[in-house]
Amino acid sequence: MPLSALTGTRLRERRLALGMRQSDLAEKVGISASYLNLIEHNRRRIADGLLVQMANVLAVPLASLQDGHADGLIEALSAAAAEMPALGAEMDRVEDLAGRFPGWSAAIVEFHSRNRALARAVEVLNDRMAHDPHLSASLHEVLNAAASVRSTAAILADTDDIDPVWLKRFHNNLHTDSERLAVGAEALVAFLDASTSGQDQAGALPQEEVEAWAEAQDWTFPDAKANLHSDQLSSEAARSLAQSLVERLAHDNQTMPEAEVQLILAKHGPDPLAMARAFNVPVLAAFRRIALRQGSGFGLLICDGSGTLTLRKSVAGFTPPRFGAACPLWPLFTALARAETPVEAVIALPGPQGIRLRARAYCQISHPSGFRGPELREAAMLLIQEPAGAEPAIEIGPTCRICLRPACPARREPSILSI
Amino acid sequence: MTGRVLLVEDEPNIAEAIRFILTREGWDVAVESDGAAALGRLQQLRPDLVILDLMLPGMSGLEILTALRASPDISATKVMMLTAKGMGPEREAAQRAGVSAFMAKPFSNAEMRQQVRILMES
Repeated sequence: MPLSALTGTRLRERRLALGMRQSDLAEKVGISASYLNLIEHNRRRIADGLLVQMANVLAVPLASLQDGHADGLIEALSAAAAEMPALGAEMDRVEDLAGRFPGWSAAIVEFHSRNRALARAVEVLNDRMAHDPHLSASLHEVLNAAASVRSTAAILADTDDIDPVWLKRFHNNLHTDSERLAVGAEALVAFLDASTSGQDQAGALPQEEVEAWAEAQDWTFPDAKANLHSDQLSSEAARSLAQSLVERLAHDNQTMPEAEVQLILAKHGPDPLAMARAFNVPVLAAFRRIALRQGSGFGLLICDGSGTLTLRKSVAGFTPPRFGAACPLWPLFTALARAETPVEAVIALPGPQGIRLRARAYCQISHPSGFRGPELREAAMLLIQEPAGAEPAIEIGPTCRICLRPACPARREPSILSI
Repeated sequence: MTGRVLLVEDEPNIAEAIRFILTREGWDVAVESDGAAALGRLQQLRPDLVILDLMLPGMSGLEILTALRASPDISATKVMMLTAKGMGPEREAAQRAGVSAFMAKPFSNAEMRQQVRILMES
């Protein structure tokens, strides 16, 4: 009699669903109500013949009362609960749960198994970071060069009566080690760039997939319908994001025709305010039109009122962070705090290359639900290559975790590159 | 106060800087760049303090520390280990092997002078 203890629970559920009283069912199958009660609470095994009768009375297939896979479900539920003993899962009622809510139970088991798979993936990634030979070699090199530079420079600064032979030697050491420092830092930046450029698509978020997909087509979508079925868009969420991006850009192209856009760019340069004025369109639309075009060479970042980046187009030398919050010193956030005020600044990135960019940022307010609805903010920042020059630059970074400015007043958390 | 220091460090420029600052403090400093030769130098020089880089060619700082603690005639030598930040597991291993102090690269010269003085006086 291969009946799991759940059979009783199922019988009871079915009877209650039909609104049938215990005594009525008991009478129809020829047993006492108190015996049926014991069966329903899984305290008595039930004979095969009786079960067939009950299935008939309750108008359910026999198999649905016998379902054997429930045992596996109970085991899996118990395993999931055992990993969180502090939560005090009611282990004595696990059969009850599996019997009454097979769908919810399956969801718990599925979450548990995905959770374990993710934990393993994190371990693997952690391991890869910790044992990556390129990363540790570059870090070792940078640390040694920095140690030598720091100590040697302090000797030169603090020692008045230094012997000329030693003086020359220390100057030479300082020179060679500063070169090593530059090479090592560049190797580190290259490593971090590679790990943020999305080689590992498996863990990519929908937004990143869309950005990589758009980047591959240089933000131009002549045949959008076919493109939406690209392998690069692996999830429904990504395809839907891509769809709305394509529609938005198509609308921008319609309101700002290419020939006139080229004339305005030739006359004013990349100036979103001039572009918006010329076409009488929202300023943010002009930002998109200027940056998201074939071969524009401009970067664009767009964020919502919470500062969350909703669109990232990188520019040579600056890849915005993939994870976590951005650097709070970006002019993008200055603009976000001062709605409808143009913000322009030269920004400098950390690192030996000393990349400079001109940033133009603007925040637009909208009230899509009218007077009683919320105020929405959206800010954009256009990034333009800036030649070396005398204009003072705001020293920004990508995000605290990978920023090389230890003494930054806006620092939120230590850098993993703190050396 | 006088004392002898053996510095085991394969980075010549770091070794030169440390030798300079410790010599000016009045310590007698010898430098060894090869991990494999370090134990021999230790037996020969019998320093009061050995400054060991954790990552050395030939023999790692940890191996030298372990061998040193296991050699009765030199086992009492004080050992300062030069490490990089973020080397958690290696530091723990050094702790278990009986290191006397750590110094993280890049160190400040003042820290180096002070730590050496503390170890020599203890």
